[in-house]
Amino acid sequence: MPAVSKGDGMRGLAVFISDIRNCKSKEAEIKRINKELANIRSKFKGDKALDGYSKKKYVCKLLFIFLLGHDIDFGHMEAVNLLSSNKYTEKQIGYLFISVLVNSNSELIRLINNAIKNDLSSRNPTFMCLALHCIANVGSREMAEAFASEIPRILVAGDTMDSVKQSAALCLLRLYKTSPDLVLMGEWTSRVVHLLNDQHMGVVTAAISLITCLSQKNPDEFKTCVSLAVSRLSRIVSSASTDLQDYTYYFVPAPWLSCKLLRLLQCYPPPEDGAVKGRLVECLETILNKAQEPPKSKKVQHSNAKNAILFEAISLIIHYDSEPNLLVRACNQLGQFLQHRETNLRYLALESMCTLASSEFSHEAVKTHIETVINALKTERDVSVRQRAADLLYAMCDRSNAKQIVAEMLSYLETADYSIREEMVLKVAILAEKYAVDYSWYVDTILNLIRIAGDYVSEEVWYRVIQIVINRDDVQGYAAKTVFEALQAPACHENMVKVGGYILGEFGNLIAGDPRSSPLVQFNLLHSKFHLCSVPTRALLLSAYIKFINLFPETKATIQEVLRCDSQIRNSDVELQQRAVEYLKLSSIASTDVLATVLEEMPPFPERESSILAKLKKKKGPGAVSVPDLEDSKREGGELNGGGERGPDTTAMASSNASTPSPSADLLGIRSAAPVGAAPASAGSLLVDVFSEAGPAAPSAAVNDDGFLSSAPPSEDPAPPLPEADDLLNKFVCKNNGVLFENQLLQIGIKSEYRQNLGRMYLFYGNKTSVQFASFTTTTSCPGELQSHILFVHHVVSLCSQTIHFRQLGTSLQLCPLIVPRCQPPLQPPLPCVFSP
Amino acid sequence: MMRFLLLFSRQGKLRLQKWFTPMTEREKKKITRDMTTMVLSRQPRSCNFLHWKDLKIIYKRYASLYFCLAIENQENELIALEVIHRYVELLDKYFGNVCELDIIFNFEKAYFILDEFLMGGEIQETSKQMVNRSIEASDMLQETMEEYMSKPAF
Repeated sequence: MPAVSKGDGMRGLAVFISDIRNCKSKEAEIKRINKELANIRSKFKGDKALDGYSKKKYVCKLLFIFLLGHDIDFGHMEAVNLLSSNKYTEKQIGYLFISVLVNSNSELIRLINNAIKNDLSSRNPTFMCLALHCIANVGSREMAEAFASEIPRILVAGDTMDSVKQSAALCLLRLYKTSPDLVLMGEWTSRVVHLLNDQHMGVVTAAISLITCLSQKNPDEFKTCVSLAVSRLSRIVSSASTDLQDYTYYFVPAPWLSCKLLRLLQCYPPPEDGAVKGRLVECLETILNKAQEPPKSKKVQHSNAKNAILFEAISLIIHYDSEPNLLVRACNQLGQFLQHRETNLRYLALESMCTLASSEFSHEAVKTHIETVINALKTERDVSVRQRAADLLYAMCDRSNAKQIVAEMLSYLETADYSIREEMVLKVAILAEKYAVDYSWYVDTILNLIRIAGDYVSEEVWYRVIQIVINRDDVQGYAAKTVFEALQAPACHENMVKVGGYILGEFGNLIAGDPRSSPLVQFNLLHSKFHLCSVPTRALLLSAYIKFINLFPETKATIQEVLRCDSQIRNSDVELQQRAVEYLKLSSIASTDVLATVLEEMPPFPERESSILAKLKKKKGPGAVSVPDLEDSKREGGELNGGGERGPDTTAMASSNASTPSPSADLLGIRSAAPVGAAPASAGSLLVDVFSEAGPAAPSAAVNDDGFLSSAPPSEDPAPPLPEADDLLNKFVCKNNGVLFENQLLQIGIKSEYRQNLGRMYLFYGNKTSVQFASFTTTTSCPGELQSHILFVHHVVSLCSQTIHFRQLGTSLQLCPLIVPRCQPPLQPPLPCVFSP
Repeated sequence: MMRFLLLFSRQGKLRLQKWFTPMTEREKKKITRDMTTMVLSRQPRSCNFLHWKDLKIIYKRYASLYFCLAIENQENELIALEVIHRYVELLDKYFGNVCELDIIFNFEKAYFILDEFLMGGEIQETSKQMVNRSIEASDMLQETMEEYMSKPAF
């Protein structure tokens, strides 16, 4: 016979449970359950009405079956019937059933609400509590609509019993959380706040949860609670352990209430009233002092309760962030806990210190514990404690200890739990970037990251390192060298191949002088990894190969051989096939200068918010460990940028990142032919923005021996305020590309190429208005004295020349007349052209 | 605020489940599976706290039962540990040296006791005496042992 200690155990139920437990197999269990379900069904459908006891028993059995994990689709009606019984136990089971198996049948809901209403108005405290419990457990919208106005009344009525008040407070809280619009506190506010002064501690405990939630949503209305809370707290904290009788928990006075009071105070800034503030500070100091006293009991419950209050007090001190001595004391206390015997305390200390680390007063104090934290990272057996230690290192990182911390995190990463590796990788990447003074250290760190945890290095991380290498001239050579060495490892991660392929493709020339890293050696190194890589990587490598052909003409034959072979040009993957075919063709038919133009070195990236930070925030979700200030990284973003190469305003950048690309970028990027040499492998958000329509642009100055004048890449500036015409014109003395003319209606850009005595000018017309130009013609003429020297050939490379329709403002355009001047003696600028709208 | 409380055995059998926010059955099953896997795989002397999604999980083992409580991120972990302990104390007082079998056979009582102690995800009454008194009061409204023994066994 199973143990039955008190009254109303249902015998049939106990027998049933025994049967289930004795079933030897899952099938037997299901069989027994089905038998029982059939029995109950027949009983419920039966002719004669069931007595209350039986109904209760069967409903309870159904509940048991449901809780075992099987679905129940009947019994609700009977459960609702139980609600109207006069017997407490029957009501209880009925309420339990409907709270657990919530049904959205509207008829049932109406009946349930009726029963609840009856119980609420019954004046019987036990029945009222049952009803309130049910409302709190279910908390549906219909219930909120029915009862939200009545419950506050019950709560503050003078004749309500204490137990009912408690239930009412928490029930109201639940309704407020689910349907805040239906719970209007208005007239009840002051009375509810006054509950903080109630004699019954249980009532205060329940009421304070309600008040805390309400204060968070309407801080002004409830701000009178602050002084009440402070006085209550100080009474508790200074009370002897015998004062509060049953509310003392293992010699700690009212720990739950104390914690809740401290939590309530965290909803508000420090109290302005001097007396209140003084009392509060005194309170906090008492709590901190008590932590130093010897414990009154050896039981872990005593220390848990005491420390719970201590940690909550520390949270409050951190929240206020205004009392330096309290902050330092808190920090020291946590420092002591860092080396405590109990794992729980070490865990919590590490966690609390994370928040302390972001406060300016205590940041330095936190840093003094760096050795302890590093030690914890290495030696803790519990993985969640190690994780907190890693979080704390991340939070306390600043310029002075960045190198040390990054090194420690890297070595931790080698043995870290797989579930946290991705987050760790993101954090290391962020720290390395933020505190890099010497960018070769940054490059080393990221490459190490790839080596150690390559699988978890997400795209954002390696895009970022490439972005930075491209933007900084001084680190390009170092990056090429390091990547070259890293690739020589026998087993290197695919991400390393991606980074290596890209960097060698761009900057391989910087190390080509050394015979150990000559062009052919570089190519062979990359190609040796080729067949091990996935499709996107191979695509990236193919792009690197064509860049090699441009950089190192001596490798052309070898690479063409590779491109020509069947596994490339007949590859089953469309992207690879297309690239192989196009690159092969490009290398064969394009002249060296066209090739150089197409495969010019990548221009610096515009500055934008690090997507790594965004990814980390998304990963951690709300309430995450504090991340380094975003503004901070933006301020320091200037350093990331390639020195003085560009100075566009960051805010202008931000606006130009939006959907409408700047007119000038489009202007010069438009070609009627498809862009050759598509952007590197995966279309990450970073690269796509920059490379939207334009292929790689201006030729690399170093290698080109055709004497091209162009040096600066096409401007990607967002539309600057309309510059003076003269300024625009003057810059063409040393530049071939740029905006030639701009006014409110029209923007004209020019891109020109010259070779010996031949020149080619592309003129781009952009319609800046939102209306179509009805007719638009262009004529070019040559000033008198040059006429004999220059032979013009004017082609209009567009659909029709008479009426040209332009698309809307800000988007691309079609017309690009081609002017091919030929001249005998060298051309003298400026060359006037006349455009008539 | 507490989100849910689960009690399960070392074999992963769920003995009690209390959900403080509405959730579909599928979600509940998934969470239960996640919790049991996570908690049962913990080493013996690790700390009692875990991070899971945006919640903190407090767990403690009492004999053959694991008590697993999920609280929101801003709540105090140590006091939640004591919530679990207080609940165990209440069960112990009621059943007298409570064991897993008591909770299996008197599951509805375990729920009733929990309801006196916690409500809507918050602590309702922290005094052990008060809770015991109200449970005993409702027990008074029930039958005696003789009446029980005369009940049908099906």
